[in-house]
Amino acid sequence: MRRRVIALLLGVLGLVALTLGAGAAPAQAASGASVAGVLVNDGAPVPNVAITVSATGFTQTVKSGPDGVWKVELPKSGSYKVSLDETTLPPGVVLSDPSKNNLSVLAFGGLPATVQFRFGSGTVATESFLDKFLQLFANGILFGLVIALAGVGLSLIYGTTGLTNFAHGELITLGALTTYFFDVVLEWNFFASVVLSLLCCAVLGYVQDKILWKPLRRRGTGLIAMLVVSIGLGVFLRYVFLFIFGGGTRQFRSFNGQEGIAIGPVDVTAKNLIGAAVAVLLLCITAWWLMKTRLGKASRAVSDNPALASSSGIDVERVINVVWILGATLAAFSGILLAMSQGANWAMGFSILLLVFAGATLGGFGTAFGALVGSLVVGIIIELSTLFIPPELKNVGALVVLIVILLIRPQGILGRRERVG
Amino acid sequence: MDWGFILSQTLTQAIAPIAIVYCLAAIGLNVHFGYTGLLNFGQAAFLAMGAYGLAVSVTRFNLPWWLGIIVGLVLTVILALLLGIPTLRLRADYLAIVTIAAAEIVRLFARSVTFRETLGGSDGINGFSTSFFSSLNPFNRQQPYTFGPIHFANGDVLFMFLIGWALIAIASLVVWLAMRSPWGRVIKGIREDEDAVRSLGKNVYSYKMQALVFGGVLGCLGGFVFALANASVQPDNYASDLTYFAWLIMILGGAARVGGPILGAMIFWGLLTLVVETLKNATASAIIPESILRTDQVGQIQFMLVGLGLMLLMIFRPQGILGDKKELALDARR
Amino acid sequence: MPDADTAVARRAIATAALASVEQVPGAAKPDPILIADGVRRQFGGLVAVDVAHVEIQRGAITALIGPNGAGKTTFFNLLTGFDAPDDGQWTFNGKELAGVAPHKVARLGMVRTFQLTKALFRLTVIENMKLGATGQKGETFWRALLPGTWKKQEAEITARSEVLLARFKLDSKRDDFAGSLSGGQRKLLEMARALMVGPEMVMLDEPMAGVNPALTQSLLGHIKDLREQGMTVLFVEHDMDMVRDISDWVIVMGQGRIIAEGPPGDVMRNQAVIDAYLGTHHDQSLIETEESFIDGEPPAPATEEGERS
Ligand SMILES: Nc1ncnc2c1ncn2[C@@H]1O[C@H](COP(=O)(O)OP(=O)(O)OP(=O)(O)O)[C@@H](O)[C@H]1O
Ligand SMILES: [Mg+2]
Repeated sequence: MRRRVIALLLGVLGLVALTLGAGAAPAQAASGASVAGVLVNDGAPVPNVAITVSATGFTQTVKSGPDGVWKVELPKSGSYKVSLDETTLPPGVVLSDPSKNNLSVLAFGGLPATVQFRFGSGTVATESFLDKFLQLFANGILFGLVIALAGVGLSLIYGTTGLTNFAHGELITLGALTTYFFDVVLEWNFFASVVLSLLCCAVLGYVQDKILWKPLRRRGTGLIAMLVVSIGLGVFLRYVFLFIFGGGTRQFRSFNGQEGIAIGPVDVTAKNLIGAAVAVLLLCITAWWLMKTRLGKASRAVSDNPALASSSGIDVERVINVVWILGATLAAFSGILLAMSQGANWAMGFSILLLVFAGATLGGFGTAFGALVGSLVVGIIIELSTLFIPPELKNVGALVVLIVILLIRPQGILGRRERVG
Repeated sequence: MDWGFILSQTLTQAIAPIAIVYCLAAIGLNVHFGYTGLLNFGQAAFLAMGAYGLAVSVTRFNLPWWLGIIVGLVLTVILALLLGIPTLRLRADYLAIVTIAAAEIVRLFARSVTFRETLGGSDGINGFSTSFFSSLNPFNRQQPYTFGPIHFANGDVLFMFLIGWALIAIASLVVWLAMRSPWGRVIKGIREDEDAVRSLGKNVYSYKMQALVFGGVLGCLGGFVFALANASVQPDNYASDLTYFAWLIMILGGAARVGGPILGAMIFWGLLTLVVETLKNATASAIIPESILRTDQVGQIQFMLVGLGLMLLMIFRPQGILGDKKELALDARR
Repeated sequence: MPDADTAVARRAIATAALASVEQVPGAAKPDPILIADGVRRQFGGLVAVDVAHVEIQRGAITALIGPNGAGKTTFFNLLTGFDAPDDGQWTFNGKELAGVAPHKVARLGMVRTFQLTKALFRLTVIENMKLGATGQKGETFWRALLPGTWKKQEAEITARSEVLLARFKLDSKRDDFAGSLSGGQRKLLEMARALMVGPEMVMLDEPMAGVNPALTQSLLGHIKDLREQGMTVLFVEHDMDMVRDISDWVIVMGQGRIIAEGPPGDVMRNQAVIDAYLGTHHDQSLIETEESFIDGEPPAPATEEGERS
């Protein structure tokens, strides 16, 4: 047992140490707060425009890149003024409303705060409530899919082993970081990077179960003890990521700053659209696996009643191992999807883990389909809540929903009550 | 390598206010998890209630410090009730999820730009401790104090040190009294099997709530010490890391042992300081080259050790230092 | 131990009182302590309990029997408030109990034990016992901190626990952890602990399961004792010899319903009962279960071990 744990640690260290040489970067501003935007005039990026971000005791000027993208890392969260130097605009490009030059923005850790300057002579209609609603709804579905990918795995693992896996967030992060490694550091093809990253995570899922969780189950370790072990593992992995990757948020090389496609009032980027489609595809495959394949059915049987399942000839350990591989792969894709829209970061998985729990709990912990439904609901609620509350507090909304659901229907939307006696 | 400095730091940190803060947090957790079996992973939120309750009352509402303490305690009780009402009837792991989330929410609120006026945003709040120290502290507030290898930066730190250990003594005494009483028997019964206790006519929900409040208040005392010893509150001091440290301390010392958190906190902070200071010294004097470890990364190593420690302890010595082998043997059967 | 004469007398009284009761499901009893009406509990599509009417005679030992999965444990859970029915009322001593929390049910004098024994592992045997006592002053938080307020009562409770422990032959284990007891000893402890509550009615879910035959005799003796002390006993048991030996009345459940009632001798000859037992034993082999398991929905758990602890 002891040797196996050490082997696991060495394995993990080895895997992440791969990135050490190339990936090491200077520590960045720890606040994580940033402000960014894309300058686009009539569909074409506007490069080399000076943008100044300021607040008391802080001023920084940057130029927009060839793709029109600009970004400023901020020392801390707070309110900032953003202005554009109109003299640096290329000839023929003007602000559509010159009075909208000096904009103020709230910035805080996580997502960069975005500031858009609009060009052209045409007056830009302000967004109606409905348009905003639809846009946020679409964002919510995308975010819901991110949560669902992780939530389904979490739920399957809980269902088959009883483990509440607090280290699931690190699988999400690992998916994003390994993709970053292949895509940015090694400069491999993006799609190959994604596939490789999924493979890495699948292997980690397999290995994690084989050398850590399975032996613990063998020893009859209690579920609560295992929960605490998973928390310890989560903390450990998180800081290994920080150690290697550094504290900053970084973008993939490919499809960075991609421009949105307007579908009616809704603005989505092609990468997110394709990402969502792949997510749906993965979830469908999972559903098919659960419903139609022998192993998938067996996994449901194990969730239902492990003792009975094993006494009726199902190889419970094998089922659990496959569930781990599946769960890790799904989580990794969730991380990749998230990083495509927000950038990769050492703590990204942990920061959405609570929402994944909310989704899984809402759907009835331990039921894969419940997790899917619950996650979508959570994603949509979080995005829509920004219509009414400051975006920096939007996760509060999800927690409140979680608590209300626990009060009304503790077994979740699709869950089942537990047996007493 | 300056071993004299490292050892002196180690001894000082093992009993310093920071160890006291985590000790009180762990005593509270011990009531929650060790005795009652409640999975509270949001202990940081209870400390934040104490610290912010005090700081906000004094600086924003100009209340005297003792009223600030009362506000902190009341906020703690309210938080415990808010967390407990929806979750204590449910499966144990729901409490873990909700508490970890609640702690994160509390921190997000505290550091939010929206509530900056009241809660101080990411800068936190300073300047609330002056009235407390100037009215109570008998020591010279500027002068450093040194007792052999133990070093206190000024009289305030020394004063907090004494108050902190007095609080630990009182808290431990109360926990000891409570746990050897019939009340404690019900609490421990709930940890073993709450349905059995229910079948004997005890209102399990109410007892769990009492334990949640009790442990929360003990943690809140840690929050007061934290705020006063630093003379400031900062939202990121109340991140989930604090909770993980407290868990490690509790399990290291031995859960469900009155002395567990005390021993755990001293050993934990002693060891941690020893490792961190040694590494810092080694990197600063280039014994460990920059390419392997930079000084600013030593903190990250510290967290890795905590995570690893929590895992390994839980796997190989879940009973901690003070734990009972015989009890452990029973655990394995479950 | 009460002397043999009173034991025989009590049984005679109970038998006499039940002699005139009709042998049909849901028969009215002369002095019922518990009356349940229309109690239903469904798990998904499975109706686990559907009891139209049942009465339990005060001061008698009533056995509740039925094949595995008949719904006996679920019925216990419902009556004692550990599970909520979809529908139905029941009264205990004339008190409406539907929707009452389990701890209140226990305080009203209806105490149950569990099929899967719930010994409190890391408490000693004597602590397990003392936990059962009701109305303890030291169980409120503030008074707990002042030992003076509860020390005297604690001594009384300890004395009472010791008497019971001696009666159940557990006195030598007094200071051992309950988790170190054998399975049979745990059953004994759980029963003794339930008695500490001072119940009017005890509900025992398979008190004899897993207990060795030598110990069974003494357990049977204890259950008979309860009747001598004026308590009502309702117990679930699969061993027909024991049922015949100690019960005054037998209620048979099958597929959630009460299918027969009567004195032990008669009820075993009832055709409905024989069908119920044979019926379920015929079509349930594990091999078949496995087949249907893989192809479709897993069957509902029907074995005793079929749950996760
Ligand atoms: N929580 C639950 N969820 C789903 N089904 C349940 C639950 N509890 C009980 N059942 C089902 O209800 C039926 C009755 O179960 P119960 O435990 O009451 O039977 P029993 O008569 O006590 O059987 P045994 O003699 O084996 O103990 C069984 O088919 C069981 O699978
Ligand atoms: Mg049963």
